[in-house]
Amino acid sequence: MSTEKLELFEVFIRSKRGLDHRHVGSLHAEDHQQALEYARDCYTRRSEGVSLWVVKSADIVASQEDDAESFYDPMDDKPYRHATYYQLPKEVDNM
Amino acid sequence: MNTEDTADLEQAFQIRIDKEEKIEPKDWMPGEYRRNLIRQISQHAHSEVIGMQPEGNWLTRAPTLRRKAVLLAKVQDEGGHGLYLYSSAETLGVSRAEMIEALQSGKAKYASIFNYPTLSWADIGAIGWLVDGAAIVNQISLQRTSYGPYARAMVRICKEESFHQRQGYEIMLSLSRGNQAQREMAQDALNRWWWPSLMMFGPHDADSAHSAKSMRWKIKRETNDDLRQKFVDQSVPQIDVLKLEYPDPELKWNENRGHYDFGELDWDEFYAVIKGDGHCNRERIQHHVKAHEEGEWVRDALKAYDAKKKARHAA
Amino acid sequence: MKLIMSDLRDKDLLLQFTLRLGDDALILGHRLSEWCRNGPFLEEDIALSNIALDYIGRARMHYSYASDLSEGEKSEDDFAFLRECRDYQNFLINELPRGDFAQTMARQLILDVFYTLQLEQMSQSKDATLAAIAGKAIKETKYHLRRSTDWVLRLGDGTEESHNRLQAGFDAIWGYVPEMFEQDEVEEKLVKLGVAVNTKDLKPEWEKQIGAILKEATIDVPQQEWTVRGGRAGFHTEHLGHLLSELQYMQRSYPGLEW
Repeated sequence: MSTEKLELFEVFIRSKRGLDHRHVGSLHAEDHQQALEYARDCYTRRSEGVSLWVVKSADIVASQEDDAESFYDPMDDKPYRHATYYQLPKEVDNM
Repeated sequence: MNTEDTADLEQAFQIRIDKEEKIEPKDWMPGEYRRNLIRQISQHAHSEVIGMQPEGNWLTRAPTLRRKAVLLAKVQDEGGHGLYLYSSAETLGVSRAEMIEALQSGKAKYASIFNYPTLSWADIGAIGWLVDGAAIVNQISLQRTSYGPYARAMVRICKEESFHQRQGYEIMLSLSRGNQAQREMAQDALNRWWWPSLMMFGPHDADSAHSAKSMRWKIKRETNDDLRQKFVDQSVPQIDVLKLEYPDPELKWNENRGHYDFGELDWDEFYAVIKGDGHCNRERIQHHVKAHEEGEWVRDALKAYDAKKKARHAA
Repeated sequence: MKLIMSDLRDKDLLLQFTLRLGDDALILGHRLSEWCRNGPFLEEDIALSNIALDYIGRARMHYSYASDLSEGEKSEDDFAFLRECRDYQNFLINELPRGDFAQTMARQLILDVFYTLQLEQMSQSKDATLAAIAGKAIKETKYHLRRSTDWVLRLGDGTEESHNRLQAGFDAIWGYVPEMFEQDEVEEKLVKLGVAVNTKDLKPEWEKQIGAILKEATIDVPQQEWTVRGGRAGFHTEHLGHLLSELQYMQRSYPGLEW
């Protein structure tokens, strides 16, 4: 029995204008063109989207959990980047 | 990695689970958690795909154009759900081809209920209402499963499945309001699908091989027996609306428990059907193998065309 | 439409023509639905079901209009399920068994090119309902054509086996093509009234487009060595009877019930 060697693609959908594309899942296809068509058939049967992206799964570079300490922890001690860090008088508090 | 490191990682993993944090594909996870998930998700995916067959059996015989369109959309959805699930299992490092091979060789299982035959149109109603109904009870619970991609697939599937159950119940309603032949058809379907639906939740908790660990890792969120009770409680009033007879003489409201009591399941039948005594065990796998093999030259053609295209591009 | 179709006979013609379009869609949709759970891989299985659903939807729109034209005497399902084999007037090519995946795609390409041309004009029909249905259908068909074109290219220029299967697929059904471009009296009259499309005029463009796609796919355009016609006269292949025995099973076994 031959194994299926169609490439794996990740699918992203913009559900309506003004919103970001969101990852929804993956599928197998021969090339980008076919992946786009299958994304339409497999992931938008209920009008879920107005725009589709497909990306070869192998082309995605992901950060590793091992990197988490050096990638994200240093951001935790910079509360001054958040609006809630600043106390303002009540009168202008919704600034 | 030495054993001490592994123990630390396992502890950190369990703490994360206990805090209701989701596990994501690139995270460290115990090998057994990964294997457990692959087993459960792929079994779930296979069930969706094999489940296309009993209902697909009536696609060319649906009684009206509306029913035909609904059934086709529904069976197609099952395929889509299989796709979402294979897709989430693939994030664990197993390929769809490997999973399909495990299904076809009998190494992987699918829900045993699909080994039962669809004999009348009412079976299409009963499957939507009861089989999808039972699946939804299970899947709602799994929306909170600890593995992120599985949980997200479940959210998507639950959203789509609600129409499946409603269309099934609607078929049963039409039949129950019809003539005697239709009511008999509906009753017969209820009688045949009721017990197998209850068995979909699996053995009693005490007898369930994977339950304890799956609960600790929050792969499963509720026990087989709790989910089964939930399903019985929601289904009995629906039988009343159809004015059909109970398929189980012991079905009775229990004021003290606040639940319906029901008779003991025939576990001998359950295991017999799993082991191969169902009407359709062989047909289901043979059908899958046949479609897969007939598709082989198509998939080969895609690969060959792609290679030629790349070669032309490079030249 | 009422203005043109005031003549009772013309109205019968319109009903007959509407049923033909409904039959074309129903029978092809039925054949395509047979692929559900039999596709070469999951994604394609799902995609083919979408196309089947488009055709079943198209059949319902036509039969529902036919029901209006019959002034409610018959329902959409009466037309779909309760006529005799000789009463169906679909193109023969639509009723042929699905064959292998190559033959299915060969038929889809032949029909998709045909429908893109025919629907474009139908959407200008003087019958507002038929024009509206065509307007919706053309959007679906453009997508169908994109898919069938891609598949014919891939199979034709894929492996030796896929090439041979596709060539055999076209050869096996080519004799059913000419009737798509012929008109009987019914359609000639409706063409004059601006309701139907003169499909004779579509043939050169159809040949041009099909020729270009087949050439790129390294497939030979078959010689017109044989021709079978008769769909519009209800003179069917033996395949339709078997299709109908499944399609009509419930309605025939349990007449007059609600489902």
